[in-house]
Amino acid sequence: MATTEVAPQQGERGRAVPIVNDFSIQVATVNGSGSQSANTVLLRTIFQMGVPVSGKNLFPSNIAGLPTWYTIRASKFGYIARKKEIDFLVAMNPETAREDVLSLGAGTAVLYDEPLNLRELRSDLTFYSVPFDKLAAAVGPEAKLRKLIKNMIYVGVMARLLALDMQEVERALRRHFGSKPKAAEVNWSAAKAGYDYAAASLTKADPFVVERMHETAGKIIVDGNAAAALGAMFGGVTVVTWYPITPSSSLIENLTDYMKRYRVGADGKATFAIVQAEDELAAIGMVLGASWAGARAMTATSGPGISLMSEFCGFGYYAEIPAVIWDVQRVGPSTGLPTRTQQGDLLAVAMLGHGDTKHPMLIPASVGECFTMAMDALELAEQLQTPVFVMSDLDLAMNNWMSEPFAYPEKPLKRGKVLSREDLDRIGGFARYKDVDGDGIGYRTLPGVDHPNAASFVRGSGHNEKAQYSERPDDYVRNMDRLAHKFEHARTLVPAPEIVSDHGNEAAIVAYGSSHWATRESLEQLEREHAMGFDYLRLRAYPFAREVQEFIARHKRVYMVDQNRDGQMLQLLKLDLPPQEVAKLRSVRHYTGLPIDARSITDEIVSQEGR
Amino acid sequence: MSTTTSQPPRQNTNRIGLTVLDYRGGKTTLCAGCGHNAISERIIDAFFEMGVAPERVIKASGIGCSSKSPAYFMGRSHSFNALHGRMPSVATGAALANHLLLALGVSGDGDTASIGIGQFVHLMRRNLPMIYIIENNGVYGLTKGQFSATADVGSKLKTGVVNELPPIDTCLLAIELGATFVGRSFSGDKRQLQTMLKAAIAHRGTVMLDVISPCVTFNDHEGSTKSYKFMKDHEEPLTDADFVPVFEQIDVEYEPGTSVDVTMHDGSHLRLRKLEEDYNPTNRVTAVRRLMQAKEANEVLTGIFYVNTEQPSFIELLNLTSEALATLPTERVRPSRQALEQIMEELG
Repeated sequence: MATTEVAPQQGERGRAVPIVNDFSIQVATVNGSGSQSANTVLLRTIFQMGVPVSGKNLFPSNIAGLPTWYTIRASKFGYIARKKEIDFLVAMNPETAREDVLSLGAGTAVLYDEPLNLRELRSDLTFYSVPFDKLAAAVGPEAKLRKLIKNMIYVGVMARLLALDMQEVERALRRHFGSKPKAAEVNWSAAKAGYDYAAASLTKADPFVVERMHETAGKIIVDGNAAAALGAMFGGVTVVTWYPITPSSSLIENLTDYMKRYRVGADGKATFAIVQAEDELAAIGMVLGASWAGARAMTATSGPGISLMSEFCGFGYYAEIPAVIWDVQRVGPSTGLPTRTQQGDLLAVAMLGHGDTKHPMLIPASVGECFTMAMDALELAEQLQTPVFVMSDLDLAMNNWMSEPFAYPEKPLKRGKVLSREDLDRIGGFARYKDVDGDGIGYRTLPGVDHPNAASFVRGSGHNEKAQYSERPDDYVRNMDRLAHKFEHARTLVPAPEIVSDHGNEAAIVAYGSSHWATRESLEQLEREHAMGFDYLRLRAYPFAREVQEFIARHKRVYMVDQNRDGQMLQLLKLDLPPQEVAKLRSVRHYTGLPIDARSITDEIVSQEGR
Repeated sequence: MSTTTSQPPRQNTNRIGLTVLDYRGGKTTLCAGCGHNAISERIIDAFFEMGVAPERVIKASGIGCSSKSPAYFMGRSHSFNALHGRMPSVATGAALANHLLLALGVSGDGDTASIGIGQFVHLMRRNLPMIYIIENNGVYGLTKGQFSATADVGSKLKTGVVNELPPIDTCLLAIELGATFVGRSFSGDKRQLQTMLKAAIAHRGTVMLDVISPCVTFNDHEGSTKSYKFMKDHEEPLTDADFVPVFEQIDVEYEPGTSVDVTMHDGSHLRLRKLEEDYNPTNRVTAVRRLMQAKEANEVLTGIFYVNTEQPSFIELLNLTSEALATLPTERVRPSRQALEQIMEELG
């Protein structure tokens, strides 16, 4: 295919050579203005044309009236991380237009609302002005709708400028407004008006175009929260409790929708309970109560909720009760940047609680892993009889990602070491916290098992093997050592790291979660632009599998990529590694609140390598 | 010692063939004379007499002297000693996981009315099927005698400190918020408490029982309003209950108009004899008004204040399948391959 021969071109903007399927569009709008629909239609149109695409919503903590940006990246190379540079700005927001334009690199194309008169600001950009209000008025709906369809007009204009197939625009648009044919009609008229205006009045002067490829056939587009919801449903979750918090709310909202569709029996009865709790203290308490009584239970929250769940999570560790907690990480407590992304809860979660508590964390990098790890977490929690965390983040959870379709789970659910009445009849009784199998995991019984010796008494840290109250030092030490042994055993059960490339390079990169995509792209930048080769391991869980230490041991310098200020994963590695390996660790940190990008990683590593 | 072989006296068994010993728990570690121990005894007797299999009961508690007590009754029941003020959430989760079990929560006045007030009020408004007992002594015993939020105005600590803040009336709150079986009793009133507990077992919704339970160590002195003496002098029954379980014949006759007969969810009968002519225990407004009046007049009303067997429980609102969610097999909780294919198709 002709288009794939074009190498990525830096600094070629504005020249006659077309840049095909390799650019990013940033749309600056006001939130609550209907821009989300327009952006989705634009994204899906490119996807339907077979071009790898990703979309990122950079939005404020607000319902209507504050600036919001949406980035769409088309990449024939399949890069789906955020691109630092903007190639095409759609400036619809008077509040930010000036600053947005002044911060652009030379050669960027700018489509703007005519009255903003941005052309005066720069002479090194390509400007297109469109009288959006006039076009909206001509489409004809009442005044309050005009604001909403203005955005769909830019989709039409962009379709013309980027050479998008209008049939695909129409298909994406009708799909988006599926159940609202009237809205679809009005929006389609708006898109056509934009296209016709551009055809009649704008002359293409930028190099960016889309050409049809075949790279997206059979793929899906989904966000991480919806994928996690699907994983939980197919993982057999039965009790879900939650308290609304950005960016985790849509995980449960998606789950609720799916469960109503697929987990209500022919008799109209639900095989699940989803409860919006009064706060996160109650949400986690309900999860522990439900898991203790034998349900597969989970909750989803973000950093502030994690803080409130702290005491119960520590309790769950000591009392050895399964639980699944999704931490969709965001920035900081309270107001500030709650709608921005970060990997900021790792240290807090790894040791959440008081006393010597440690928790397994699964760390998805993709929507596919949100799906599989949702199931893995439910299995592991019951297998290990302990709270298990899934560390997603806002970027992964709330943005649209391309993916292969999810595979149906073939294996039946494994419910861990649970004794039935028959087991108790056979063995007579049991000691809840006795390490019978040498893996640190005891056997449990569920309330309701009809056997006089089935019951046990759950309490915090002070108990002996038979779950009896004990403050004896030897009982406490034995129990703590068994818990430590169980955590060691967990290393072999959590998802293994992915060794992405291992070619005997001196230096290596370690990354995790949503940083994966920018890291992968950075590896290619380092190779292509600086002739620097790095091996790369992607962490998928804590505690670290043995392979992690072995990988670090094979290298002289190891760059740990974190999306937080203090290098939290680096700190966890330091706790785990012998001193000679710790000395090799270097830190690449990104904490702007925006998703990490390849250029930032590349620049930092090049600088630290002294090149 | 006699050497003749005589049959040991047969222990009384209940309708499921268990003796009262099968309902006992570990030895209490609470102070001798603690009201909580008497409440434990009443729980044992009520569950024994109702013939509830202890394996079908889950006990839950928070933190405090009261919350230690589940270790001292019904040792054959699973028990969860949770965090301070957070028993309601644990009980809620457990009841959702297995709604075929009977959930019994034991809390205290500190555990409920202060740190746990948030979870308490939300439990009440959900009408989750469970029995929630507050062992109310007006002080924090386990931390050595600080006032709780149910202490009455003017009540005096041993140290001479006088409480100046108004008490939270948990019964009033519970009725207002949606609990469907609400009453107050006294650990020293054996008959009343036991009858209430038996009726509570037959109820399908949130039962909230506030049981005044004197703390002999920190709050049983002159000047306390939660002492044995104060309760003996001030207890005013508002209703007098007779409970006839579904497995027994009704043989009590009342004069018409003097009592209210409530048919419980399992077909048992709760007969509430009205000690005040215009009191209607099935009317929420009457109940709230009377409790407000009692508060103004510093009366300690006891009895079943409010019963509602019509209100759907949380389990019904959630439309849960008739089996326990906890033990549904894979094929019931994992949608089909076709379902996933359909979803993938929609996302493509």
